[in-house]
Amino acid sequence: MANLTEQAPQKTGIGLDPIDVPAIAADFPLLRRAINGHRIVYLDSAASAQHPFSVIEAMDHYYGTSHANVHRGVYAVAEEADRLYEDARKAVGRLIGAPHPEREIIFTKNATESLNLVAYSWARANLVRNDAVLLTEMEHHANLVPWLMLAKERDLNLRYLSLDDAYRLNLSNLDRLMEGVRLASFTLMSNVLGTMPPAAVLVDAARRAGAVVVADGAQFVPHFPTDVASLGCDFLAFSGHKMLGPTGIGVLWGRQELLEEMPPFIGGGGMIRDVTLDGFLPTELPWKFEAGTPPIAEAVGLGAAVRYLEAVGMERIAEHDRALTSYALQSLSERFGRDIKIFGPDDPNDLSARGGVVSFALRDIHPHDLSQVLDQSGVCVRAGHHCAKPLMRRLGVSATARASFYLYNDESDVDALADALGEAAKLFS
Amino acid sequence: MTGLEDLYREIILDHYRSPRNRGELPVPPALRLEGFNPLCGDEVVLYLVIEDGTVADVKIAGQGCSISQSSASLMSAAVKGKSVAEARSLIRSFKAMMSIHETTLAEPGSGSQETVGLDDKEAHGGKIPEEEIGLGDEDHPVDLESLGELAALQGVVKFPVRIKCATLSWNVLAQGLDEAEAGVVQKNQAG
Ligand SMILES: Cc1ncc(COP(=O)(O)O)c(C=O)c1O
Repeated sequence: MANLTEQAPQKTGIGLDPIDVPAIAADFPLLRRAINGHRIVYLDSAASAQHPFSVIEAMDHYYGTSHANVHRGVYAVAEEADRLYEDARKAVGRLIGAPHPEREIIFTKNATESLNLVAYSWARANLVRNDAVLLTEMEHHANLVPWLMLAKERDLNLRYLSLDDAYRLNLSNLDRLMEGVRLASFTLMSNVLGTMPPAAVLVDAARRAGAVVVADGAQFVPHFPTDVASLGCDFLAFSGHKMLGPTGIGVLWGRQELLEEMPPFIGGGGMIRDVTLDGFLPTELPWKFEAGTPPIAEAVGLGAAVRYLEAVGMERIAEHDRALTSYALQSLSERFGRDIKIFGPDDPNDLSARGGVVSFALRDIHPHDLSQVLDQSGVCVRAGHHCAKPLMRRLGVSATARASFYLYNDESDVDALADALGEAAKLFS
Repeated sequence: MTGLEDLYREIILDHYRSPRNRGELPVPPALRLEGFNPLCGDEVVLYLVIEDGTVADVKIAGQGCSISQSSASLMSAAVKGKSVAEARSLIRSFKAMMSIHETTLAEPGSGSQETVGLDDKEAHGGKIPEEEIGLGDEDHPVDLESLGELAALQGVVKFPVRIKCATLSWNVLAQGLDEAEAGVVQKNQAG
């Protein structure tokens, strides 16, 4: 692993050693690939990040030496599997400052399932007809559809915080919208705009209204230091595959008091204390919410991903993302001027409320054409609605192109993007 | 830029920049049909006037990528003034060029809000072997000559995710021809 020493927790981005990107990138086997004769320029980490050797090796090692089902066996290998699985839970808990990781970290399939768990378990047990739920206009479908489904079933009243023209949440009527709200659920960072809402303001208002707060951390947790205590939310959902971990594993953190009270979501083996032909008793946390054989290897891989991120340091990663996003905003606007439109906060000197995803349109070139042309230069960006169709409608487009950055990207990747965009502009002139 | 010239031929770019038969027609007499590709948001709106078994007029509205929009434009130019039978035969040839058999055409007559254009190309999985590209199969050999300018879209087959962009408007046309004929039958029965 590239010169990664344990970092003491840091409160500011000032004085941090910048990330040694070539050394980091060397840890990621996929980044050695060539695409169409060019080095791969991977700018789609917001959709799914790549994996360092340590993650792949941890999973290989688990399969090669310690694979057995968890929670059931009384023999050495099964106990190893158990320990590895629970170690991963502790690592994830440590990353987000969970007060009781061994009970509050629930492994799911992905952020989507984590959000559904809250909707199906907490919300179904607690919300009744006409109860209000507050969301925002910039949510991913994962934080919309579960609520739309429940709203239909329960006749709930869904409200939305709107976006202003600077791509920030309109908070002028926050208190009025929050009145009577029982649950507020919002993303900590938009996967389209990069916008990060002022979480403290939202949590405060929700608290005053007595609402439960769900935070969608799918984009935030992989890129910023996260502390659930200071965030003040009740639930936090995120996915392993956007934070260097494998697909097939996600996380729900919840406050222990709430989780204790909640009914199980999925029923089956592993989540019961007793079963008779007339009923069952659920087991304790967190296994109450982990029915069936869990994604053990994926948890082990996620644990390794967390250790990799910790070794680099989340503050350094956040600082790196900020610097690179600033560079991208600056160089794209210098190079393409009025031909490029950024969907999201676009001031390169103010990165305080945005993360490292940059959605854009280049003239009227369709995002799918852009992405296809970029691919010829090995540049991978996402084109589409990014699972945020209501937001697309709000923006008045059917799709955008989106570049997103992570710790293995640097200025040369942004330059490659700009060059490839130049090619596309020529082709479609 | 290997392969890219195959996709973005000059004719395609030309029809994308200056689409033919762009606009709307009064409904009725025209039929209005929509095709939508939910994956990428491509949208084709087709206005179709069938008179005496002929495609008397056609207009295209909607928005989307260069492939979906140029394919719609090329299609409109190719079928305007042709008989319904000729139009159907063009649809068959075009589909064969895209290596899609006629059986996978959208189910006809299921209403103009129906989402068409999603075919089972991807279900066949991944990349298509080079030798099979755009040549149809034994039962459906492609008559490239009969396709004229439409043959420019042949390169799309090398980019499987874009095939449904190219076929979107054709699925809408197939549906429109079916609806028009069903309408004629109804009228005759009523009269
Ligand atoms: C903000 C946000 N929420 C939720 C999700 C859903 O993540 P997953 O597909 O891993 O469940 C995503 C993924 O794109 C996202 O960006």
